[in-house]
Amino acid sequence: MPVIEVDNLSKIFGKRSKEALSLLDEGLSKDEILKKTGCTVGVNRAKFQVEAGEVFVIMGLSGSGKSTLVRLLNRLINPTAGDVYVHDDNLSTMNKEELRRVRREKMSMVFQKFGLFPFRTVLENTVFGMEVQGMDKEEREKKATEALELVGLGSFIHQYPSQLSGGMQQRVGLARALANDPEILLMDEAFSALDPLIRKDMQDELMDLQEKMQKTIIFITHDLDEALRIGDRIALMKDGSIVQIGTPEEILMNPANDYVEKFVEDVDRSKVLTAENIMLRPETVDFDKHGPRVALERMREQGLSSIYVIDRTRQLKGYVNANDVLEARNNQITSLKEIIRDDMPTVEKETPIQEIFDVIHDSPVPVAVTEEGKLRGIIIKGTLIAALANVNGNGVEDNA
Amino acid sequence: MLDFIPSLPIASWVDDAVKWVTNTFEFFFDPVKDNFGWLLDISAEYLSMIPPVIVILLVAVLAFFMSGKKLGLAVFSIIGLLFIENQELWSELMYTFTLVLYSSLLAVVIGIPVGILMSKSNTAESIIRPILDFMQTMPAFVYLIPAVAFFGIGMVPGVFASFIFATPPVVRFTNLGIRQVSTELVEASDAFGATGQQKLFKVELPMAKPTIMAGVNQTIMLSLSMVVIASMIGASGLGRDVLSALQRAEAGAGFVAGFAIVILAIIIDRLTQNFNKSNQ
Ligand SMILES: Nc1ncnc2c1ncn2[C@@H]1O[C@H](COP(=O)(O)OP(=O)(O)O)[C@@H](O)[C@H]1O
Ligand SMILES: [Mg+2]
Repeated sequence: MPVIEVDNLSKIFGKRSKEALSLLDEGLSKDEILKKTGCTVGVNRAKFQVEAGEVFVIMGLSGSGKSTLVRLLNRLINPTAGDVYVHDDNLSTMNKEELRRVRREKMSMVFQKFGLFPFRTVLENTVFGMEVQGMDKEEREKKATEALELVGLGSFIHQYPSQLSGGMQQRVGLARALANDPEILLMDEAFSALDPLIRKDMQDELMDLQEKMQKTIIFITHDLDEALRIGDRIALMKDGSIVQIGTPEEILMNPANDYVEKFVEDVDRSKVLTAENIMLRPETVDFDKHGPRVALERMREQGLSSIYVIDRTRQLKGYVNANDVLEARNNQITSLKEIIRDDMPTVEKETPIQEIFDVIHDSPVPVAVTEEGKLRGIIIKGTLIAALANVNGNGVEDNA
Repeated sequence: MLDFIPSLPIASWVDDAVKWVTNTFEFFFDPVKDNFGWLLDISAEYLSMIPPVIVILLVAVLAFFMSGKKLGLAVFSIIGLLFIENQELWSELMYTFTLVLYSSLLAVVIGIPVGILMSKSNTAESIIRPILDFMQTMPAFVYLIPAVAFFGIGMVPGVFASFIFATPPVVRFTNLGIRQVSTELVEASDAFGATGQQKLFKVELPMAKPTIMAGVNQTIMLSLSMVVIASMIGASGLGRDVLSALQRAEAGAGFVAGFAIVILAIIIDRLTQNFNKSNQ
């Protein structure tokens, strides 16, 4: 039995929405309806079911109606027509009191810009949902602390959101949504505001959590890569309509129409994957501040035989290798500047991975990924080969 | 040129309206005049009974801590208030302070709820906004006339006129502050099942607080700007000294009393601004 069932759900923004709705039934397009009535079609007769424990991704370009659709699911936006069932209860016919109960007990939401209250500490933010339910202070703080520990923020509970990085803030958003152990999570572009590296960490972490928790997750994104990584099923939206629903495989193999195909073409992975997509976080030393001792210590900690050198503004200056550093230390040399080497392979963030292959194979050090001369990441052979293997894997199935 | 339209008797209509209100609500105005008037007098008198040294020290300590342990405002307060005491204007200062205190309190207590109502309903906003415009642009002297009709002369009509003149900013800023709360925070509050009241007190008012406090600050400053005008209908205080200096063409006395008002204004303004900052 599905946890969420959406039937013929439409939302039209504007004064003449009823009139627009009947035009929609006559088959007019979003543009035509806007011209005729001045109304914007947000969601057009959406129909789908989400099963328990499923990660259901809704994907589409900006303006395709994703945010509107997800807000219809908890009725932050009232539908113009159609029904949303959570188990057997129809949200569309609920009164305020019943609706509040569903929002408090069954579903919670994670927001694109985190939606944290700036005047509340991390802990106070996390208890919010339980606080409005009237749960007693001790119990709600205990549950909130557990949720915060789950997302790795156990030692930040008394900080304010502005003191945290974007990734950490969204962890708070996630903890707040999880604290009350709801059945359904609604996530509207929850990771879109984060840097690519942090974004990937968060995706992994969500998947780890999901393995343990088995929530029903509705995840909105405009990024096909993200959709493919985390979705059990993906719904593709265009102009308010859902144009295809399927598993990632189905979507890639059998695009339902030109629109989906165009989306999917973008993901012809070898063409589209760039250095940015596969780079790792670099270990670095700053030659304005650090000498051979710090460099050695970092290499020892991470088990590296060389380390990249940057300056105060993250400009890439070169690398040093362990032997040189050791010798420098023994000879009482205090600056890395004397032993720095600069024969490392360097690519831009946007370089396609195919081209990286050419520079990596006989390089003694990982490839440096830069943006305007600043070091953004590194690529090691392992990840590059894994990424290419994926591409070829898809290719084989394509031919079959 | 437009002789064919007879001059409309607006003025006499308003006269009639004021008369009607005065008579009909006499049962309300009279006890207010007596009881509130008594409260104002007694407040000012008790304040005047506190030895100035103590008041000055208290203000200085308050200024010191509210401005983040900086000495500037505290030193200014000590010098300024000693000057007023030296000019033998201390009890007038207390009357003026009482007038400002009560009219601002009244403005805030009524203005914030009205601002909240305005932020919650577009209909309310479209009705209240022009009324606020009217209240602020009508020359302040005009309020003295109905004030006297309702409450006679003295402190009470002074507070009433200041209240009308000073309320609009706190209403406007409350409305603005609440409407400015980002959609995402409002949605977060709704999505977690907060009631309207919980949303207001746990999200909207805390978010709007700096804006509301800016409105409160303006409201206090406006009511202070009314003290001279209010003295025309018998309100006691520094305003009366300015007024009588004007009537007798005594430039020196007028300057001293006016200067005392400026000192009070600066102290109150800086204190309330700091109150705003320290709470952000
Ligand atoms: N409150 C609103 N009033 C009018 N039009 C809106 C409103 N919210 C969204 N829309 C319109 O509905 C469409 C879908 O928007 P949205 O759901 O935000 O898309 P997405 O999240 O996919 O970017 C867009 O054309 C947008 O302009
Ligand atoms: Mg959106």
